[in-house]
Amino acid sequence: MIPCVSVSFDADADDDDAGDGEAPLLAVSGLCFAYGARVALADVDLTVWPGEVLAVAGESGSGKTTLLGCLSGELAPQAGRVGFLTRDGKRVDMHRLGEAERRRLLRTDWGIVRQNPRDGLRLGVSAGANVGEPLMVLGHRHYGWLRAQAGDWLDRVEIPTDRIDDPPATFSGGMQQRLQIARNLVTDPRIVLMDEPTGGLDVSVQARLLDLLRRLVADLDLAVVLVTHDLAVARLLADRLVVMKDGRIVETGLTDQVLDDPQHAYTQLLVSSVLQP
Amino acid sequence: MTAAAHKTDAAAASPAMLEVSGLAKTFTLHIQGGVRIEAFRDVAFSVAAGECLALVGPSGSGKSSVLRVVAGNYLAQHGSVKLRHRGQWVDMATAPHRRVQEVRRLSLGHVSQFLRAIPRVPAVEIVAEPLIRLGEERAAALARAAALLARLGIGERLMQLAPATFSGGEQQRVNIARGFIAEPPILLLDEPTASLDRANRDTVVALIGEAKARGAALLGIFHDADVRARVADRTYSLAKETAR
Ligand SMILES: Nc1ncnc2c1ncn2[C@@H]1O[C@H](COP(=O)(O)OP(=O)(O)OP(=O)(O)O)[C@@H](O)[C@H]1O
Ligand SMILES: Nc1ncnc2c1ncn2[C@@H]1O[C@H](COP(=O)(O)OP(=O)(O)OP(=O)(O)O)[C@@H](O)[C@H]1O
Ligand SMILES: [Mg+2]
Ligand SMILES: [Mg+2]
Repeated sequence: MIPCVSVSFDADADDDDAGDGEAPLLAVSGLCFAYGARVALADVDLTVWPGEVLAVAGESGSGKTTLLGCLSGELAPQAGRVGFLTRDGKRVDMHRLGEAERRRLLRTDWGIVRQNPRDGLRLGVSAGANVGEPLMVLGHRHYGWLRAQAGDWLDRVEIPTDRIDDPPATFSGGMQQRLQIARNLVTDPRIVLMDEPTGGLDVSVQARLLDLLRRLVADLDLAVVLVTHDLAVARLLADRLVVMKDGRIVETGLTDQVLDDPQHAYTQLLVSSVLQP
Repeated sequence: MTAAAHKTDAAAASPAMLEVSGLAKTFTLHIQGGVRIEAFRDVAFSVAAGECLALVGPSGSGKSSVLRVVAGNYLAQHGSVKLRHRGQWVDMATAPHRRVQEVRRLSLGHVSQFLRAIPRVPAVEIVAEPLIRLGEERAAALARAAALLARLGIGERLMQLAPATFSGGEQQRVNIARGFIAEPPILLLDEPTASLDRANRDTVVALIGEAKARGAALLGIFHDADVRARVADRTYSLAKETAR
C-alpha cells in the first residue's frame, strides 16, 4: 500500500526563489518510499541550490539514508520526482532516465560518500588507484597525469603522498574516510551526498575531517546533502537544515535559525537533548 | 513608545536603512507543556544611515531577541523588518532563505554576545572570513584582519590560535573584529563591550564612531551607560509593560 499519491511537478516555482534567475540544482517533490509495508519516506519535498550545504538531521530510522538513496536513484521511490539540473540547463528526473544515462550522470556530476568508507572504497587496490579510477572511468588514460591527479588529491585531503601505493586496508578509519572523499571529489562533481561522514570516528579525527570538509566545500563551490545526527556538525557545515521524523520533513530553515529558534516540538526536543549545538 | 530623544541633524537628513514595525515574538515551548513566553510585542523603530540606535530595557525585556529577529536568526510572529539591501528594501521576516543569506553576506553584520569558535580555525581567519566571502583576496583579507585584531589588543601570536581557549574578553574582541571587518552598511551589536577593559572599550567606541562616519546604521545593546552615552544618537525602550 502506498500512502501518498504523486503530486504535480513544478520544480522551478519554488518558495525559495530569490528572484535572481538562479534555479535549484535539485528539486525534489512528493517523494514516497516504502520497504514492503514499512513507510520510510512520506511526501518529501526539498530543494538544493548550487553551492549550498543542506544538512538532514533526525533520529535513527527517520529515513535519512533512504532519502539519499532515492536522490541518486539507487532506490526507486513509489511516488515523487527528483529533478536534477544538468550542466546544459535541462531538468531531468533521476528516476525517468534510462539506466545508462543515469549512471553516466552519476559519474560526471555526483559524488556519494558512504558512512562506512569500506563501502565506498576498493580496499584491495592502492590509494592512488582508488582516486584515479573514477577519472579512468571517465575516459582518462594517461598514466602520468592520473598519478599526478591522485597525488594532488591525497595531498588535499592530508594523506601523505608517500602512501600512494598502499592499499586503504592499511589506513586508519579517518584516513580511509578522507580517501573516500578524494575519490568522490576528483571528478569535480556538482553535488555530493554524504551519509554521516564523521560517524564512527574519534572526536579529534572528526574535528580534522570537519575542518577539511569545511574548506573543500568553500573552495569547490559544491552542493552537498549531508546526513548527520550531530547538530554541531550541521551548525558548522550547513547553510540550511532539514529535520526528519518518521519519514517526513517536520522543519526546515537556515541552520542557525532552526537550531536557535526551533518551531516544531520534535526539533525542540532534538535541540534540547544536546549540549549547545 | 519611548524613542526619539533627539536626532542629530546629519542623521535626520540621512535615509533610513532599517525599519521595524509592528514586530512581535513569542516562544512556544512545546516540550514544556506548550508554555508561551512573550519576548516582545509592538516594537517599531527605524535607524538611519550614520546613526546608532540603542535598545534599552530590563533583563528579559527582549533586546537580544529583537536583534536576532532583525538578523533572521529568530522568526517573528508579526510585523516586518525592512532592511535596505543593495538599494532595495528586503523584509527579513518574509524573505526567502537565499535572500536572507545574501543580506547577511553583503549588508548586515551581527556581533552576538558570545563568539562561536570554529574548531582548528585561527582567530585571524575567523575575522577575515566575511571579507573573503565578499571576494577579497585571501592574503589582503588576512592582513586587514591582523591589523584590526592588533588594534583590539590581540597580539600576533594569539591571533594565529583557534579562539576556543581564549578568555571571554579576547573572544569578544575576535567577535567584534569579525563584525566590523567587512564594514557592513547595517550593524547589530549585542553588548559589545560587556567584558572589555577601559582601553578596549575605547577602541570599540572609536570603531563605532568610524562606522557611523562612513554612513553605517547601527542598532545596539549597551549595558554600560557611559559607552551608550558616547555612541548612541537615540534610544528605544523595550519597557516592561509592553514586553510582558
Ligand atoms: N532494507 C530495508 N528493509 C526494510 N526496512 C528498511 C530497510 N532499510 C531501512 N529500513 C527501514 O526504513 C526506515 C528508515 O531507515 P533509514 O535507514 O532510511 O533511516 P536513517 O534515518 O538513515 O537511520 P540511521 O540514523 O539509523 O541511519 C527504518 O524504519 C528502517 O528500519
Ligand atoms: N531561544 C529562546 N527560546 C526560548 N525563550 C527565549 C529564547 N531566547 C530568548 N527567550 C526568552 O525571551 C525573553 C527575552 O529574552 P532576551 O534574551 O531577548 O532578553 P534581553 O532583553 O536581551 O535580556 P538581557 O538583558 O538579560 O540580555 C526572555 O524571557 C527569554 O527567556
Ligand atoms: Mg542511515
Ligand atoms: Mg540580551
